[in-house]
Amino acid sequence: MSRVRLLVGTRKGAFTLTADGTRRDWQVSGPHFGGWEIYHINGSPADPDRLYASQSSSWFGQIIQRSDDGGQSWQPVGNDFAYEGEVGEHLWYDGTPRPWEFKRIWHLEPSRTDPDTVYAGAEDAALYRSTDGGQKWQELTALRTHKSGPQWQPGAGGMCLHTIILDPVDPNRIFVAISAAGAFRTDDGGASWLPINRGLRSGQIPDEDAEVGHCVHRLAMHPSRPEVLYMQKHWDVMRSDDAGGSWHEISGDLPTDFGFPIAVHAHEPETVYVVPITSDSEHYVPDGKLRVYRSRSAGDEWQPLTTGLPQADCYVNVLRDAMAVDTLDDCGVYFGTTGGQVYGSPDGGDTWAPIVRDLPAVLSVEAQVLP
Amino acid sequence: MIRVVLPAHLRNLARISGEVSLDVTGTVTQRRVLDAVEERYPMLQGTMRDRRTGQRRAYVRFFACEEDLSNEPPDTPLPDRVTTGEEPFLVIGAMAGG
Repeated sequence: MSRVRLLVGTRKGAFTLTADGTRRDWQVSGPHFGGWEIYHINGSPADPDRLYASQSSSWFGQIIQRSDDGGQSWQPVGNDFAYEGEVGEHLWYDGTPRPWEFKRIWHLEPSRTDPDTVYAGAEDAALYRSTDGGQKWQELTALRTHKSGPQWQPGAGGMCLHTIILDPVDPNRIFVAISAAGAFRTDDGGASWLPINRGLRSGQIPDEDAEVGHCVHRLAMHPSRPEVLYMQKHWDVMRSDDAGGSWHEISGDLPTDFGFPIAVHAHEPETVYVVPITSDSEHYVPDGKLRVYRSRSAGDEWQPLTTGLPQADCYVNVLRDAMAVDTLDDCGVYFGTTGGQVYGSPDGGDTWAPIVRDLPAVLSVEAQVLP
Repeated sequence: MIRVVLPAHLRNLARISGEVSLDVTGTVTQRRVLDAVEERYPMLQGTMRDRRTGQRRAYVRFFACEEDLSNEPPDTPLPDRVTTGEEPFLVIGAMAGG
């Protein structure tokens, strides 16, 4: 029987959660790298035992860890993330120019085919690639040096490149998203980048439909329809049917369309999950009720999923990288909260149960299916 | 022999326990001591000093002989008692909450 492994990054360490295919009984391993912030752990689709973890702290900076045995042992690999060439400037909160300054790696995205190739999204925003298992990192400079770069500004969480989607069909196409610059696409392996923000409207910026400046929180794609993208923006849930060429709103009947994560069912490309949050000034679920909303129609019509989730006195948030699906049948859906709970649903969201309740604040969740 | 005490997180990262003992040739300075630490434990590169500028990370402090040497120029000779191994060179994570 297949097994499932969840890779959980928290404010104070990494955890792995494993279960058999029934996904009822879970074993918790951790904390790994206790006391460090683990923004993200991710596994190679080509070799699920090859894991990469972003380990960082305000004191000691950025470390990248690699495991070749599914997280039983780890080795620190390269942590030299240099901005290549002229560093350049972006806008600071007060509107003055400020040089790019490396803070941390938010997201690690291993290649779909090569376990030694992995992409890393940085704060301040830049995209890096390693082709030797994380030992050396090379910046894909054309993104940071895009002509709109001097106009990019950080969101409250920093100017982070937090989403990397490698196109499953076209190896030269990559989608990324940056807070608060927006979404970008390359069709030439990173040699050039196109802002893909047409149709976004953001009331928090002076020009509501500017080319850049939108606080995109997360992008999601189903691999069978790589031209269809879903977006949770600061406010608004959006969809593009042309690989980001244009966007339209699909918030529909959501109780609020502010939120962070968005995920697509593993087998139903039009089934989408979000976790609405009260507002941009109240980063917790509305009305004390933890509700995942599911649309089976690629947006607009949403159904609250509540069975097994707390429906009173709950005031947690679910961060942008903290929701994932597995590829078993039924599709498993998982998310972690800022309150340290990780919830799982083995039936596509119909029913939920806590897998673990008292971890540090959860920053990221990834799901792997193991033979 | 120079003695260096690293903070717990860096000892864990380097997989060491206790003090680090190092031979440093020439004048014993903060820069040479940290260079020697990083040479022996390459995974500590970038954790105490910025890789590009060599500047101390903001929340890392350097103490020795009950003195805060954090803001001393990195090429200033360290106290004799550090040079002789009588006192350790301390790398400290600054106090902070959270």
